[in-house]
Amino acid sequence: MRPLTDEETKTMFEKLSKYIGENIKLLVDRPDGTYCFRLHHDRVYYISEKILKLATNISRDKLVSVGTCFGKFTKTQKFRLHITALDFLAPYAKYKVWVKPGAEQSFLYGNHIMKSGLGRITENTSQYQGVVVYSMADVPLGFGVAAKTTQECRKVDPMAIVVFHQADVGEYIRNEDTLT
Amino acid sequence: MAACSVEDVLAKAEKEEAERLKSITVNKELDLDFDIGNLLALDKNSINSREFKQQNKNEFLRSLARDNTQLLINEIWKHPSEKVEEVIVVKLPDPVTQLPREKPVPKARPPTKWEQFAKLKGIQKKKKTNLVWDEVHKEWKRRWGYKRAKDDTKEWLIEVPENADPNEDQFAKRVHAKKERVAKNEFNRLKNIARSQKLKVPGVGLAPTSHQSKAELAKAVSVAKSATASVGKFQERLPKEKPQRNTGKKRQFQPLIGDFAGEKQKHLDMLKVIESKRPRLDITKAVNKQMREEDGESTERRKGKKGRRGNAPGKGRRNAPGGKGKGKGKGGASKGKGRKPAMRQGKR
Repeated sequence: MRPLTDEETKTMFEKLSKYIGENIKLLVDRPDGTYCFRLHHDRVYYISEKILKLATNISRDKLVSVGTCFGKFTKTQKFRLHITALDFLAPYAKYKVWVKPGAEQSFLYGNHIMKSGLGRITENTSQYQGVVVYSMADVPLGFGVAAKTTQECRKVDPMAIVVFHQADVGEYIRNEDTLT
Repeated sequence: MAACSVEDVLAKAEKEEAERLKSITVNKELDLDFDIGNLLALDKNSINSREFKQQNKNEFLRSLARDNTQLLINEIWKHPSEKVEEVIVVKLPDPVTQLPREKPVPKARPPTKWEQFAKLKGIQKKKKTNLVWDEVHKEWKRRWGYKRAKDDTKEWLIEVPENADPNEDQFAKRVHAKKERVAKNEFNRLKNIARSQKLKVPGVGLAPTSHQSKAELAKAVSVAKSATASVGKFQERLPKEKPQRNTGKKRQFQPLIGDFAGEKQKHLDMLKVIESKRPRLDITKAVNKQMREEDGESTERRKGKKGRRGNAPGKGRRNAPGGKGKGKGKGGASKGKGRKPAMRQGKR
C-alpha cells in the first residue's frame, strides 16, 4: 500500500470530477475524520486514517481489501471507476439519469440505457458527461456516460442509446471474485 | 543302564539348555525369506500384538530386529567363505530382488538433422573396415585420419585444373576448403544441439529481427534521441509522441502514514488547479441552452397559434407543418410522444 503519486492523483481526480465535479473536495476534506486515498495492487482505496493504521499490520500479499475500492489503474495508467465507488458518487452526483422500472433489469445486466428506458434526465447534460443512474425510486443503480445531450434525447428514436453503461450494482454478483 | 540313561538325559537336557541360551539360534514359526545378494531378509511371521502392547514397544522391536539380523548373518555364513588378507569374507550370490532405479531413465538424444533425413530416406549405416589397402605404399593403412591411405595432404605436386587461375595456390585452396568443411560441420553440430534443447536455431550472420514490436521501436527511438551531445535536451518531439515510461528517475513514494494534513492540502490545491483549468464558458452547454430556448419559443408560438385557431391547448405537435385542424383526434395523441409526462426534466 502507498499514497498515490501526483500524476496518479490527478488522473483519478479528473475521472471522479466527471461524475461529481468539484464535490471531490467534500471527499478529501471531511468534517468527520481524516480520509485518504491509498494505492494497493493497482487499486485505489478510500480509507479512514484509523482503519489505515490498523491495516498496516497486514502484510502486502495477504491484504485483499481495505476501506472502499474506488477503482483501479490500468496497465496504461488510466483510471477505471468500480461499482464499489457508487456509495460516494451517488450523494454528490451532478448529473443524474433515472431509469424506468421496466428498463432497470436490463441496465443491471450490463446493457446500455435506451431512450425507451429513460425516465428522467438532469437538465443541461452534455454529451459524454458522466452520469449516475438511479431507479425511479431514487435508488442508485450504477453510473455511465451520457451518449446524447438532454436536448438530443428528446428527438432520438426510442431504441437509440442515451447512456453508455459503465458499472452497475449487478456487478456485485457478476464480478464477485474481482471486486474488492 | 539306569545310571547311563540318567546321565544321558542330564546331558541331553544340559545340551538343550545350552542350545537355548546360545544367542545365535533363533526359533521362528515360519522361515525367513533371504536375498543375500541384497543383504535382505523378509520376516513373514505375524507380530504377536498382545506382547507388543504389553511390553515396552521399543524393547520388543529391538529384540525382533536383533533376532532377524542374527538369522540373516547365520544365512550369510552358510555361503562359502575364504580368507583374504587375514579377513574372512563371503562371496555373496547375485541379488534376486529387483530394486527400482533411483533416477528416471535418461531421455534419448533427439535425432540430428542428418539422422532425421536418413530415416526419411531409409539410409542405413554401413560398417566399413578400419583398414584399407594402400596401392602406393603396398601396405594396409587406416581409412582416414593420421597416416591414412591415399593421403591428399602429403602430395608434393598438384596439377592445376584447366579452367583454374594459373596463379592460384592450389595447396592453399585445398587447406581453405578443408577449414570450410570443418567449420560447416561445427556449425551444424551447434545447430543440432540448439534444436535438441529447443533454443532458437542460430541463423547465418547477423540477420535483422523479423518484426520489431512497438515497445522495441519506442525504446530505439528514445535511445537514439538521447544520443546527442546535449543528451537529447534540444531534440524535437514528434506530434502525439508520448514520453518513454519506466525510464529515468525512480519514483519516490510518500510514506504510507505520514503527514495527513499536508496530503489533504496538496489534494485540495490540485483540485483548485483542475478547477481553474476548466473553461468558464462551456460552448456545448451554451449551444444547448440556446437550442432549448429556441425550442421553447417555437412551441410557445405554436401553442399561441393553435390557441387562436380554437384547438385544444397543450396538444400541440412539435413539427406540425401548420396543419389545419389535424391536431384533433387519434393521430395527435400518438404523435405527441416527445411530450410524455415521463420525460420530465429533473431538477439539479
